[in-house]
Amino acid sequence: MYVYDEYDQQILNERVAQFKGQMARYLDGKISNDEFLPLRLQNGIYVQRYAPMLRVAIPYGLFNTAQMRRLARIARDYDKGYAHFSTRQNIQFNWPELSRCPDILAELAEVQMHAVQTSGNCIRNTTTDEYAGVIADEVVDPRPYCEIIRQWSTFHPEFAFLPRKFKIAVNAVPGQDRAAIQVHDIGVNIVRNDDGDIGYRILVGGGLGRTPIIAEEIRAFLAEEDLLTYLDAIIRVYNQFGRRDNKYKARIKILVKALGIERMRELVEDEWNRIKDGEGRLISAELDRVKKHFIDPEYRQLTNEPTELVEARASNPAFARWLQQNVKQHKQAGYAIVVLSLKQKGNPPGDVTAEQMEHIADLADQYSMGEIRSTHQQNLVLANVEQAQLFALWQDAKAKGLATPTLGLLTDMICCPGGDFCALANAKSIPVAEAIQQRFDNLDYLHDLGEIDLNISGCMNACGHHHIGHIGVLGVDKKGEEFYQISLGGSSGDDASIGKILGPSFARDAMPDTIAKILDFYVAKRIAGETFLEAYRRIGHDSFKEAVYGKAH
Amino acid sequence: MAKLIKENAFVAPDQWQLRGDEDTVTDFSIITLTRWQAEKEQLKSLAQAGKLALHLTSDQTADVLADDCHHFALICIDFPKFADGRGYSCARLLRERYRFKGDLRAVGDVLIDQLFFMNRCGFSSQALRDDQDEHDALAAFSTFSVSYQNDAHDPRPLFRRRA
Ligand code: SF4
Repeated sequence: MYVYDEYDQQILNERVAQFKGQMARYLDGKISNDEFLPLRLQNGIYVQRYAPMLRVAIPYGLFNTAQMRRLARIARDYDKGYAHFSTRQNIQFNWPELSRCPDILAELAEVQMHAVQTSGNCIRNTTTDEYAGVIADEVVDPRPYCEIIRQWSTFHPEFAFLPRKFKIAVNAVPGQDRAAIQVHDIGVNIVRNDDGDIGYRILVGGGLGRTPIIAEEIRAFLAEEDLLTYLDAIIRVYNQFGRRDNKYKARIKILVKALGIERMRELVEDEWNRIKDGEGRLISAELDRVKKHFIDPEYRQLTNEPTELVEARASNPAFARWLQQNVKQHKQAGYAIVVLSLKQKGNPPGDVTAEQMEHIADLADQYSMGEIRSTHQQNLVLANVEQAQLFALWQDAKAKGLATPTLGLLTDMICCPGGDFCALANAKSIPVAEAIQQRFDNLDYLHDLGEIDLNISGCMNACGHHHIGHIGVLGVDKKGEEFYQISLGGSSGDDASIGKILGPSFARDAMPDTIAKILDFYVAKRIAGETFLEAYRRIGHDSFKEAVYGKAH
Repeated sequence: MAKLIKENAFVAPDQWQLRGDEDTVTDFSIITLTRWQAEKEQLKSLAQAGKLALHLTSDQTADVLADDCHHFALICIDFPKFADGRGYSCARLLRERYRFKGDLRAVGDVLIDQLFFMNRCGFSSQALRDDQDEHDALAAFSTFSVSYQNDAHDPRPLFRRRA
């Protein structure tokens, strides 16, 4: 992974000092609440329902065990002993004291971590595929490009006060998209052109929230060196012309809709043509420098399906099930990608205790070369595990509640913190997730259902990505009471789509039954091998609606 | 009364005065873009003498002024609220696209924690809001000793400067 050099470290250290000073001036009464707001946001600090929340960046979801142990220590020393992995591959602490946040940031800087631009109207953490660098079918490892974007976006002097937050996601796998780039402000699709050159297809104006929109293509192919100048040009146009009068209309997607993609392209290309050959253009020395941090580790010469694995699988059905569901194929023979689930029953999705964090670090050190990835589905990945070690790893992980074999299944839900923590919430989301986990806890049934993305958000801000869940749940407020609206047919993949609202919303205690009706209908109607999403697309929205609400009269 | 910073140091207020569209334009007037566009020909001699300045509101983008920027000794870009970031792009475009060489001033809701970025985007002076601490303000100019991106002062991003 990327290791800071003296420049990176100096910039981060100076940031820590800057915020320390800002906090002191704030506590001194020299900065008003309103004026302190963007300063603390750009250092990851929200004021939540009950306490501040600190969101720490995990750039493109990659971190090491020293960092994980430091996060665990922070959870213990400054918080209530746990933390929460978010849908943007970041980690959040829910109970730090405001005045101690500068100390936490200093602790983070010691392990090359920070909370820079994890909130506020600026360029946020760039996200990517959690299997980057270890799957066979990617065009190229996307992480060096993410790191280059990270550096370019960090304290960008021109883009600290954009109309609204700005999210960039990168995907490098043809025909598959685990980074949901079509619902980001900018989606960078790394591709090869007909000449075999690496470059990018650039999408713009996707997003969720109040107005969910699938991004449009602004450029079919951009050369490898042109990445940053093109990003500069897009965001410069947005910074000048994006709406600032209404925060619900301030994202770039609204600008793109208002101008039309052709006009947007014209403006961007005009500015880009001016700067593209300037010194802002990437150079191969820099690409090489950053890529060097992401070269393959020294893999051992191994073969697939070693006897240890084959025997353990044959004799242990629970292990076999976990293998089938939570272990993915690695590009290197004899290795595997393991997903540790943070969705065990009774646990708010994405939450981990300090003890679990330390245990995960131990697992990563012992089995996976000391690195961990976080996923936008709020799980963790050990990306370099020898197949011969899988059984031992599974036993270890299981003992700590990290081996729930439900990856991609109904109970592998995405869920935002909701009304239990978040000041913006219309409704709680965690209790809905828990009720669904309780109701559907039969593993045979879950496996029989197959792949279903169930995503829950506590309000229109859609942090739980409900629009792109095959089943989406949105908390709404009905005369002061918490209700839940269901949508069906969303997808975050390469065939991204926005879910369609099913009908009137439900009270919380009716939710498990309602989900059951939807699932029963799917099971009754599916044809062999058909996933929930495929069946929904074939059978149609109205049939599902009827199954839930009865025939319209 | 805002406190004037020029090239990272506090200086006495200068003689520039903002004029409404009905006021008479005299030496060292700051005029609106509307007025400039309407009375360009009459105002050119004053501009030639280096005694005319322009005020841009935050929704007046650099491309509207474009090469006309060279008529002015001073251009003021307004920040109606500190969180309105349009002025940063306007400044960079005036400096880097239209090659404006005169004094570029941030006016309006100008606070300490914007100074570093303003400086990088090409502002040469700032009318700091009067309640801001002078000592803290000067310190803000050296918040970071190194930056990743290129800016109005250095066209090279860090990747062209890394040893
Ligand atoms: S979706 Fe709404 S309730 Fe959930 S975390 Fe985001 S803002 Fe809060």
